[in-house]
Amino acid sequence: MNFSFRFDPVELPSEAKELRREVRAFLRQEVEAGTFSPDGGKGSFSREFSRKVGAKGWIGMTWPKKYGGHERSHLERYVVTEEMLAARAPTRAHSTADRQSGPVILRYGQDEIKEKILPRIARGELCFCIGLSEPNSGSDVFAASTRATKTDGGWLVNGRKIWTSGAHQADYMIALLRTSPPTKENRRHGLTQFLVEMKTRGITTRPIINLTGSHDFNEVVFDDAFVPGSHLIGEVDMAWKQATDELAYERSGPDRWIETFPALVELVRRAGEDPSERLAEGIGREVAHLATLRRMSLSVAGMLQAGKTPSVEAAVVKDLGTNFEQALPDKVRLLAPPSGDASPDSNDDRFEEALRYATLIAPKLTIQGGTREVLRGIIARGLGLR
Amino acid sequence: MNDNTDNIIVDTATRIFQDLCEPNTVNDAEQGTWPKALWDALAESGLTLTWVPEELGGAGAALADGFAVLRAAGRFAAPIPLAETLMAGWLLTQAGMTVPGGPLTIAPVHGDGRIELTPDGALSGRARRVPFARNAEHIAVLARRGTETVVALVAARGLPISQSASLAGEPRDDVTLDRAIPEAISPAPVDQDLLVSFGAAVRLQQMAGALERILEQSVQYALDRSQFGRPIAKFQAVQHNLAMLAGEVAAASAAADGAAEACALPTIAVGEIAIAKVRGGEAAGTGAAIAHQVHGAMGFTYEHSLHHATRRLWSWREEFGNEAVWAARLGRMVAQRGADELWPFIAAGS
Repeated sequence: MNFSFRFDPVELPSEAKELRREVRAFLRQEVEAGTFSPDGGKGSFSREFSRKVGAKGWIGMTWPKKYGGHERSHLERYVVTEEMLAARAPTRAHSTADRQSGPVILRYGQDEIKEKILPRIARGELCFCIGLSEPNSGSDVFAASTRATKTDGGWLVNGRKIWTSGAHQADYMIALLRTSPPTKENRRHGLTQFLVEMKTRGITTRPIINLTGSHDFNEVVFDDAFVPGSHLIGEVDMAWKQATDELAYERSGPDRWIETFPALVELVRRAGEDPSERLAEGIGREVAHLATLRRMSLSVAGMLQAGKTPSVEAAVVKDLGTNFEQALPDKVRLLAPPSGDASPDSNDDRFEEALRYATLIAPKLTIQGGTREVLRGIIARGLGLR
Repeated sequence: MNDNTDNIIVDTATRIFQDLCEPNTVNDAEQGTWPKALWDALAESGLTLTWVPEELGGAGAALADGFAVLRAAGRFAAPIPLAETLMAGWLLTQAGMTVPGGPLTIAPVHGDGRIELTPDGALSGRARRVPFARNAEHIAVLARRGTETVVALVAARGLPISQSASLAGEPRDDVTLDRAIPEAISPAPVDQDLLVSFGAAVRLQQMAGALERILEQSVQYALDRSQFGRPIAKFQAVQHNLAMLAGEVAAASAAADGAAEACALPTIAVGEIAIAKVRGGEAAGTGAAIAHQVHGAMGFTYEHSLHHATRRLWSWREEFGNEAVWAARLGRMVAQRGADELWPFIAAGS
């Protein structure tokens, strides 16, 4: 039997340690300058902030210099990402492009597009969204039916994408579109990736307000939207071969276990220096989970650095990580010391706000980017069960 | 979970376990039969002295190699005091003492353990649940001489031992040191707390190995066992349980790596040990439960070897501090540092 998932330990190189200090200093400075607020109060999207991060050389860090990248390691990129997330820095304007869209263009895009787009991503100028889900194609990604039909000089796109995070803010989408019907032998055949400019005539973006009351995801309607031939990414009909690598990038990062972390931080603040045994034990358990997840996530970054495609390991990290971050607010809620009329706590407001946010976003954490059920299916396949 | 690694020490150990540590060996040991062939093969290949420097007659292997050997031992539920002998070898070597051949163990194994070395050079006190004390030829004892901590090497023969067993059926004996005279004494390199921390790191390796084993067994069983006309591996509910088991195994493995790294530092990083023992202990419980669910009634029989690993997991997670003990300690460490130092504390792990 051979199904070893390996999470070999990674030791961060000394450059990464120095880099961490730089990133922390930068983030402190930006908080002082009022660019963002560590309690998330100023939102998670700021083009101004993203341009500053780009100027620092912290977007597209692993990409070749000729495309505006910095030829640094995946481990250094990991350090920047986790420090930004832990500080709740507003990275939404560049994070998708940096993590996912840029690497796909780099690997499969045409030269002209690479030269045009990648340096702008690296400068923090371009925001991306991902066009995967459709009304009848959620977890079953390869059932997508939004069509791209060959036309003079390019393609005409018709159909609908849904649950598209940040589509209303994005400059570009990497869209998975149907170019041929599936074949009998391969139901995943017939889909192609395209770079789509969101300002294209024929594209309409409609907000879908989520249960927190925020506008994050959208419905995107394509009505004879024209995509030039140069925007084809990879091989026609063969996107299923390209998608696996992309998911290894998407699924293992710190964003897959850190989303509700502020609730734990505020619990520690409420706990004070001398918590009860029960509270100390509760905090300790969550910290142990978090630290172990981080170790595993870092290990995946090490595998990416070594040129591997750790898809199953990434699925393991995302399954464990999202289950952890989803369960955390409830643990925090029941551990918190009582705070009533007679014993108000000066940190109540911060605590309540962090817990409220964490509780409300919890349901989506095991859905977005591959549901728990999909991930467990991937792991089961890795175990040789299917 | 390949049987071949690029590490000759681990490969040697694995081959010996494959040949000489069969399920029957484990059952026989529980009935009191000392697995002589297994022990002798390990001793002859130098594996019982993995952490003893070459110039002192040992294998002189790195800490990481010894931990990897213990992971392999955990996979095979090796019913011998290999972990304890390695720990004793480590402790004695750190104290600059000669390590005797033969099976060894350490005492005391609890955080509040207290053995006195009286001014006239005799050991006095009682150590509870000392692993494999009845099988050991010598015990490396951490003792107090006034305000100083020393390592005392004492012959086990003749010491009053009250036999008891862990829930895995491994010897856990109470040892009374009533004016026993040690063969050698030296200032200790660690205190009781760090000895327990090191013990936790050792058990975590064994637990990681046992978890790897139950994942292998469970996957194989699910592929072999048919119900409703197909292998149970084809049912999504079973697949998802096994995927969760794989996650727990991976987490325990990563935790064990973290603890091993913490032991290689100039001073053992107790926070990392706490993180690892909490997470590894939880994985042991969750993982064993899933493995049993997949195996159905068959896994609940004495005849099936699943319990070799699962009973050990239940036993080891409790030793050298269980999840609750370490979690409370970790929580206090975090609270003392304060909320704004939580992230730097976590990121300092690597």
